[in-house]
Amino acid sequence: MSAPPVPPVTTTVPRRSFLKWSAAAGGGAALVGAGAYFGGLPGVGPASAATAASGLDVDRTVWSSCNVNCGSRCPLRMQVKDGRIVRVLPDDTGDDEIGTQQIRACVRGRSMRHRIYNPDRLKTPMRRRPGTRRGGGEWEEISWEEAYDEIASTIQRLVKDYGNESIYLNYGTGTLGGTITRSWPPSQTPIARLMNCVGGYLNHYGDYSAANIEQAAPYTFGSWIGSNSFDDARNSRLQVLFGNNPLETRMSGGGETFVTQRTRQDNGQRVIVIDPRYTDSAVSLADEWVPIRPGTDAALVAGMAHVMISEDLHDQDFLDTYCVGFDEEHLPEGIPAGSSYRSYILGDGPDGTEKTPAWAARITGIPASTIVRLAREIATSGPVHITQGWGPQRHANGENQARSIFVLAAMTGSIGVPGGGTGEREGSYGLPMANPFATTNPVETAISVFGWTDAIERGPEMTALADGVVGKDRLDVPIKMIWQYAGNALVNQHADINRTVRLLEDDTKCELIVVIDNQMTVSARYADILLPDVSNAEQLDVVQQGSAGNMGYAIVADQVIHPLFDCRTVYEMCSQIAARLGVEKEFTEGRTQEDWVRQVVEDSREAVPGLPSFDELREMGVWKVKGESYIGLKDFRDDPVANPLTTPSGKIEIFSDRLWEMAKTWELPEGDVITALPEYVATWEGAEEARTNAKHPLQCIGHHYKQRTHSSYGNVDWMQEAHPQVVWINTGDAADRGIVNGDLVDVFNDRGRIRLPARVTARIAPGVVSVPQGAWYTPDAQGVDVGGSVNTLTSWHPTAIAKGNAQHTTLVEIVKA
Amino acid sequence: MATQLGFLFDQTLCTGCKACQVACKDKNDLPVGVTWRRVAEYSGGTWQQDGDTFVPNVFAYYTSISCNHCENPVCVQVCPTTAMHKDENGIVTVDEDKCVGCRYCEWACPYSAPQFNPATGHMSKCDMCADYRAEGQDPACVAACPSRALAWGPIDELRAEHGTLAGVEPLPDPSITRPNLVITPHRDAQPSGAGTGALANPEEL
Repeated sequence: MSAPPVPPVTTTVPRRSFLKWSAAAGGGAALVGAGAYFGGLPGVGPASAATAASGLDVDRTVWSSCNVNCGSRCPLRMQVKDGRIVRVLPDDTGDDEIGTQQIRACVRGRSMRHRIYNPDRLKTPMRRRPGTRRGGGEWEEISWEEAYDEIASTIQRLVKDYGNESIYLNYGTGTLGGTITRSWPPSQTPIARLMNCVGGYLNHYGDYSAANIEQAAPYTFGSWIGSNSFDDARNSRLQVLFGNNPLETRMSGGGETFVTQRTRQDNGQRVIVIDPRYTDSAVSLADEWVPIRPGTDAALVAGMAHVMISEDLHDQDFLDTYCVGFDEEHLPEGIPAGSSYRSYILGDGPDGTEKTPAWAARITGIPASTIVRLAREIATSGPVHITQGWGPQRHANGENQARSIFVLAAMTGSIGVPGGGTGEREGSYGLPMANPFATTNPVETAISVFGWTDAIERGPEMTALADGVVGKDRLDVPIKMIWQYAGNALVNQHADINRTVRLLEDDTKCELIVVIDNQMTVSARYADILLPDVSNAEQLDVVQQGSAGNMGYAIVADQVIHPLFDCRTVYEMCSQIAARLGVEKEFTEGRTQEDWVRQVVEDSREAVPGLPSFDELREMGVWKVKGESYIGLKDFRDDPVANPLTTPSGKIEIFSDRLWEMAKTWELPEGDVITALPEYVATWEGAEEARTNAKHPLQCIGHHYKQRTHSSYGNVDWMQEAHPQVVWINTGDAADRGIVNGDLVDVFNDRGRIRLPARVTARIAPGVVSVPQGAWYTPDAQGVDVGGSVNTLTSWHPTAIAKGNAQHTTLVEIVKA
Repeated sequence: MATQLGFLFDQTLCTGCKACQVACKDKNDLPVGVTWRRVAEYSGGTWQQDGDTFVPNVFAYYTSISCNHCENPVCVQVCPTTAMHKDENGIVTVDEDKCVGCRYCEWACPYSAPQFNPATGHMSKCDMCADYRAEGQDPACVAACPSRALAWGPIDELRAEHGTLAGVEPLPDPSITRPNLVITPHRDAQPSGAGTGALANPEEL
């Protein structure tokens, strides 16, 4: 069948109502003015008249920044009048050239004022009212001293009764850009520094962004390498983006959005986007969009490899010289014939199946003729600028998804040369900034970033071979306390929220949850003790750069305003708790936060030539330097003998004998597999199961959305207005269900149900829906999540190797609400 | 009149991010529901499905639109109090002292440029950041665009360099108000009135 055409929202656009507001939103009497909306919060006056006061009618303009986890990083100039921020301005330094570009903040950063002065701001320390359910929303205000005392005494008790490994720092990236205030990586946070003063804490490895590719890359390359930077695409005739969507993820006009667009404008390389959605990156950059069923990229690569091998288009010299396991002649010793990638593709391996374009077409949804054409083009345009985003790896078979794209880069000989790429995500130039504030955890035991709910539920049952515990064969103790600083992974960004909430409600398991944040986030609702943090506009820090092609930069984000309400800095909180634990001197080393920031800049100047002094940097706000394009594995390509990889063979391992061994020894749930080659694996709730699952036939992914960075900014009214939460559904799938654009719909499976408006669009593949990830879980009285969080629908089931999150592997059904 | 000013919009670069929209709202303290610069998504197309495979024939593009400070401003024509007027640079402006909030201009403008502000009881609209321009700065939306898709200047110069196109779906036919707007069209841009696709995000406008 062919899908029906898009049902036009309006068949004809009446001349006088092309962009007419609906009655509800049309500035009518029902509309509440800003003054009323903000309930008298400081900093938000009534809406001004049409002729706004002059932009120069302010007391001062102060440099700040946006520090959330998008992969970009933007300076902001904040204008202050009478102690309030009245306007946020973009960077006004630099230009429109790659390497010296003006770092124009994205829509999110530009809405920062409504994040700082948000009705959800936490104002004073609070404790869950004794005897009430965790997450029940019943709080009592407590003094800072009471909060510090209770946290410190609980830490002492738990360390005595269970040891330091019972205390966990949950993943959080809300202030990832900071240095003293940073919330990620966990080992560099002020919380880690505090805990390290008293014996440490249970570590985690990986992260929710890229858990599976992070674990996969070392099996191929020995370590995380990165593909060539986007500016290097100027040396390519062809750029291929596998699920890579910089224009919606790394949205900064100083970062990869600017770099990709400007490079394409200047160079005119052909761009192919492979993605289940017709993304905004495809809208602006792509010559061709190849829609693919989620979780099937490894099958597409296999189908293309079949064409390349059959037509002798692959780079045999590169594979012979730099790789292990492409063919029988290059397998590790003792591995049986038929185990090479070539054998897997040609049907000479254990499964006996030829991975023809027709085979791949059935799985991926991409016609065989398209696969043949793509394979020929990719093989003969080299070097090809190949990158993948982190959608392909956020699947149940994510490690193999990621590894297969590395193999495609190898087969085309694109690795280690200008204009090419390793097949990982784009790398970028970065400054080696120092961090004297960071300390080392005496505890070496670690779990997967995604495994903390298991560690609460059944910690001592978790083992190295079954659960990926590192540093010990088995956990000794369950998690008894969680720190959640500037993060929403405690509930909203984890999976299967309803199940997670049930676990957290049992306070006999995890006994204390401390949340430090400046907003009443979904995770904050589940705290026992809630500590109100300041925003980054209320304190000083030196801020790390984001991914920006070949440009390096550093920002000093100054204190713009005094802390609001009774909020305090995380540095002060940790100092005070350290004092009660008898380690204040160790924690602060007698320094203030400003002393530390100065130290960071001073220490960084040794490694970063030309970096100004702290006082100069504070004046400048942002300092930029044009660096080199990043070419992943250039040294190895130039001289593989002198510069071997850190893999056991020293080469790129298409076949991994480490994985070969793990496949035999690891204890996996029924149906999960580890393969030495990056084979396509059909998984639970995968693309193939979708077509036989009558109850939940739609594949549900959760794309990163312009409204938010993950969940940050999700409660900002301007952002909700600009980019409302909607579920994308293909026109044909919507028609089958009687759904038209804008209808309120329920998306559900056995784990949960969410309710939100439908965006009926041709811009998503048939059989696929996308619920933009990061919306705030908001259960109604019936337990329906009317906030529309995709994680109400996702599963705790981890991936095979990384034990990571596979949130794009989710099956659902949709009905009109 | 000195020089008529206008906006230039490069549709090939617009990602629909709305940094322009929010920068404008931040500068002018506009509440939800009052949005002087908006971004429309126009999209459409069909799919061919054959068994397990599918082939798209799909297009989508964005249009950032504010007041176009038109040659033929119908908002000025219908205003009963002369509050809505064109200044020496052809910028269409509301005189707060004269506006009675009757909303005729809102009804008349095919671009929804004038918007009623319930906090003031008057109409409000883009004045191309007159205060910023007086200080030698770009309008907030232009300075905000991460993709550098927006520019402004004397409309004669913009047209000499970039052409005269302003009639792209879902915008109305430019002959109605003669907008001082130049669009560099997206590869899939459809002409005004073509009806080949649909406005995808009416609730956002």
